[in-house]
Amino acid sequence: MADGTEPGPDLSPHVSDEVRRTTCYMCACRCGINVHLRDGRVRYIEGNRDHPVNRGVLCAKGSAGIMQQGSPARLRTPLKRTGPRGSGEFAEIGWDEALELAVSWLGPVRQENPRGLAFFTGRDQSQSLTSWWAQQFGTPNYAAHGGFCSVNMAAAGIYTLGGAFWEFGAPDWERTRLFMIFGVAEDHDSNPIKIGIGQLKSRGGRVIAVNPVRTGYSAVADEWVGITPGTDGLLILALVHELLRTGNVDVSYLARWTNAPWLVDRNPGETFGLFVRDAGGRPMVWDRATGQPQPFDAPGLQPELKGDFPNPAGGRATPVFELMARKYIEPELAPEAVASRCGLTAGRIRRLAAELAEAAFSEPVTIDQPWTDFRGEGHEGFTGRPVSFHAMRGISAHSNGFQTCRALHLLQLLLGAVETPGGFRFKPPYPKPVEAHPRPHRGVAVKGPLNGPHLGFPRAPADLAVDAGGAPTRIDKAFSWENPLSVHGLMHMVISNACAGDPYPVDVLFMYMANMAWNSSMNTAGVMEMLTAKDETGAYRIPKIIYSDAYSSEMVAYADLILPDTTYLERHDCISLLDRPICEPDAAADAIRWPVVEPDRDVRGFQSVLIDLGARLRLPGFVNDDGSARYRDYADYMVNHQRRPGVGPLAGFRGDGTAAGRGAPNPDQLRRYIENGGFWVEPVPEEARFMKPFNAAYQDWAVGMGFYDAPQPFVFQLYVEPVRRFQLAAEGHGDVQPPDHLRERIKAAFDPLPVWWQPFEEAMVDAGEFPLHAITQRPAAMYHSWGTQNAWLRQIHGRNPLYVHGSVMAAHGLKEGDWAWVTSHHGRIKVPVARMDALNPQTVWTWNAIGKREGAWALDPMAPETQKGFLLNHLIHELLPPKGDGLRWSNSDPVTGQAAWYDLRVRIEKAAPGAEISEPRLGRQKSPVGQGPKAVAYGEGW
Amino acid sequence: MTALPEATHRKLGLVIDLDICVGCHACAVNCKEWNTGGYGAPLADIDAYGAEPEGTWLNRIHTFEVTPDTGPAQIVHFPKSCLHCEDAPCVTVCPTGASYKRAVDGIVLVNEDACMGCGLCAWACPYGARELDPLAGVMKKCTLCIDRIYNENLPEEDRVPACVRACPAGARHFGDIGDPDSEVSQLVSERGGYDLMPEQGTRPVNKYLPPRPRDRHERAPARLAALADPEAKGFLGWLDAALGALGRPG
Repeated sequence: MADGTEPGPDLSPHVSDEVRRTTCYMCACRCGINVHLRDGRVRYIEGNRDHPVNRGVLCAKGSAGIMQQGSPARLRTPLKRTGPRGSGEFAEIGWDEALELAVSWLGPVRQENPRGLAFFTGRDQSQSLTSWWAQQFGTPNYAAHGGFCSVNMAAAGIYTLGGAFWEFGAPDWERTRLFMIFGVAEDHDSNPIKIGIGQLKSRGGRVIAVNPVRTGYSAVADEWVGITPGTDGLLILALVHELLRTGNVDVSYLARWTNAPWLVDRNPGETFGLFVRDAGGRPMVWDRATGQPQPFDAPGLQPELKGDFPNPAGGRATPVFELMARKYIEPELAPEAVASRCGLTAGRIRRLAAELAEAAFSEPVTIDQPWTDFRGEGHEGFTGRPVSFHAMRGISAHSNGFQTCRALHLLQLLLGAVETPGGFRFKPPYPKPVEAHPRPHRGVAVKGPLNGPHLGFPRAPADLAVDAGGAPTRIDKAFSWENPLSVHGLMHMVISNACAGDPYPVDVLFMYMANMAWNSSMNTAGVMEMLTAKDETGAYRIPKIIYSDAYSSEMVAYADLILPDTTYLERHDCISLLDRPICEPDAAADAIRWPVVEPDRDVRGFQSVLIDLGARLRLPGFVNDDGSARYRDYADYMVNHQRRPGVGPLAGFRGDGTAAGRGAPNPDQLRRYIENGGFWVEPVPEEARFMKPFNAAYQDWAVGMGFYDAPQPFVFQLYVEPVRRFQLAAEGHGDVQPPDHLRERIKAAFDPLPVWWQPFEEAMVDAGEFPLHAITQRPAAMYHSWGTQNAWLRQIHGRNPLYVHGSVMAAHGLKEGDWAWVTSHHGRIKVPVARMDALNPQTVWTWNAIGKREGAWALDPMAPETQKGFLLNHLIHELLPPKGDGLRWSNSDPVTGQAAWYDLRVRIEKAAPGAEISEPRLGRQKSPVGQGPKAVAYGEGW
Repeated sequence: MTALPEATHRKLGLVIDLDICVGCHACAVNCKEWNTGGYGAPLADIDAYGAEPEGTWLNRIHTFEVTPDTGPAQIVHFPKSCLHCEDAPCVTVCPTGASYKRAVDGIVLVNEDACMGCGLCAWACPYGARELDPLAGVMKKCTLCIDRIYNENLPEEDRVPACVRACPAGARHFGDIGDPDSEVSQLVSERGGYDLMPEQGTRPVNKYLPPRPRDRHERAPARLAALADPEAKGFLGWLDAALGALGRPG
């Protein structure tokens, strides 16, 4: 003070009355959080130090949870539409009326035509419940949002390795020395990757980022490879070319733990390209010790990897490795041949290959831990390759994404860097081979359940969801010849197909937590029109729309009945091993959410509402024999539902409270979770921590935990036979045949070894007319549209200019702050531009989902998000431009149907001076929750 | 004018590692979350859901693009909060004595009861690290979470600033920079930690660890040698040798 004395601030103020530990939901990462409560309100949210995912840290989204909990955009009560769709005019109704209305719509559909319900969920973390509900309802039309997210990564991972990145596995952060990250991957596994990169770099490890845009993880990478979008697969195959050409591959690993030695039938005809099998169906290898073909899982094999061998069934056979090597050694994949297309130099590609090889083979990581493999052979330890990879949507959301993801998995295998120390490690219950997953089911029985899970992994054309004439049987046309391996369904096609009545009309569209009328759709304006389209009688083409969301999103305005959800702090949830678990490589884990604060509105957790609806509709499994509701609510279901005897949504504290994985329902289970911090962790035994697919100790542990009911050892699949079966069909073999117009495309796309093709949109548009690639990413501090209404996060990311390379700015006479028109083959938008040179020069980009519709999210209709914010979605169509064959081809991966929104090509031109407002303008919706307060001073009075 | 202590017993501060800061804003938001319910008045947000939202923050992340003479453009994320300077001009300029530097630990604080919101301190701070709260009309700044670091109501391991506790990348370190043996001083010494704008003569306590060089490839991987001319051995000639060396597993 002025008199020289210091004030004495209170150094030990009261922090909170109570700390309740639950699971975050500000994004998909599912970190553990400690919610400090004071006077019944949230005082502070911090990361839970004991939690396996975030180990105490917390990202910006998680810390902004306080503002989400107090958001003025929270829906308050069920709503029934009174104005036209899209207007946002609603009447508030009670839950009884809302549920009776829903039942009056859903009941007749179930009785008469179950496929008249299309039930699709967005960022749903309860798919094990929602899918089971849809199955019990009997509709074949169910999926979540994976089809426009990262299904290419997931499908390629399962077919190749038995799992992909993120929820399936993680780099061995403790031991890896070189980490290579491809494409946009900021928003999955958000905190673990930040923790991992921080640790890796702090101990001198190296990070290489392959990404057209140098932000986030790419900004801290030791080396940035500013690749041209859509060419990642080409780069990876050139790296494979170099590694094979120079012999820098892990031959021992490939021979033992992959299908590299499996013999491939070379006899022309219906078995060409399939594996040579013994009488028991086991794939065979050629054993140099005995000079005979032997089943691949026999002990003591010395398998051949190249050569031409007699096929026991007659004719010849060749090991996978030779087929693979011959394919990738071709000069068309040499660095010189691909470099300019990738936006790189040949020397750079060769050096990257050499770096990978050096990291993998110069200093192996060894762990002295004896273990026994599934062949019964003992090993003294684990030998690993300290090089690891990560990728998600950036390489996934292209029309060549499935094969690009396959190529990345193949690269990891050549380096011997999967499930070995220092490499990529699976998280239980993964890896699980295709054989451990269901096939897709489509068998509809009126008034009865579907004949099995909707989503699965096709092994052959007979598994497709097509009728005898080859026509799709699902509303989204998943598992049809247009996209046979659409293992996550095609949520992005539902509205357009339902509007067109193709393959058939639906009566009720029921959606959860997916902003399809805005940022979650391609061709947003078109989708808004489809949601409001009427037939000749003046009735909506999609007759009834039920939607559940916690917030006043754009989609709310387009629904007829709104079932308001709770916030994540007000609800029960389970992060289940049956669903999308939170395990770590060394531990199985699951978690719960529980109401750490009570809702102050007339809202209900969607899952509890779904269970209520299930009982009201008398769905099998949701009612007792006497017709009474089987489950009180979601919490009751979480504890008492059993998917298989002893196996339920939560694996921890079963039976008497000590059982893990399998055990009778424990009425005290949720209390035990809460006492334990909201989660449960069971370590993987030391002996079982690596080489999981082949490790007998792991397989036994996994059976004990209930992941599956018998050991399922397998080897990794460089060459994917199910993919070859579809190619064989396209070549004319087999009973289930593709339509002729898709034959050539399937022949090319269903290569059992990874291949690269030019992205479809790029191949179809004039490169001179549309010279630039346009992509989006989410900021680390924001997740989809939820975050943009958050009072704190919108101060960080309330605006989204289009970032343009300096050379492109100059060529178009653009300067910082100018506005520009961006045009694709489909649409035209007006946007503000900003210069960024840490960018592939042929690429422009922006932050995703910042733009808002006027009236949504309780924001001022004049908020920058509505006036200057924009969506690239308007430029992207679900179909490719016409190519003159009378057909409109889907803008998606031909293998999985993944929406190819990163294939977008555009041109840019300076906008004439005028209103600085983004276009198109799509009208204003009336807010059912009013507008947020002018000022916030959270914490006043504490 | 307000006097600075002649010396402080400790120099508590932050060491921020720019090599691994991914610019995720976790520190800034957790800071706001802790402090809006903590020391002094809340950190207000004006027009929170409106056309020009603007709130008070004690820590903000700035992002810079840097184009080196050779190599591609780089992005550097730069978190900035009060640096708790030894010669803090914000303190000496304060007409009421509200701004002060604690002798015991060197933390620069604002006694909000004595602050009249004149803003001179913010003007004097060369780093722009102080913000006048628009609702309370008092000056807000980083307190180094003085209500956490000594707080006996928190578990001992949590007695660190909120930003340090939250940072996912581990890019923020807290400690006594006056003690040469402290972990933070060791980090500064090993990594060449530096003062922000030393020419200002403020002697900041907080230090920044510079980004390691990016996009440098002076050291060719040894494996490059192996890439010389393997074709001479014929198609996959190396494979025979590799297979021959494959003993029985054991």
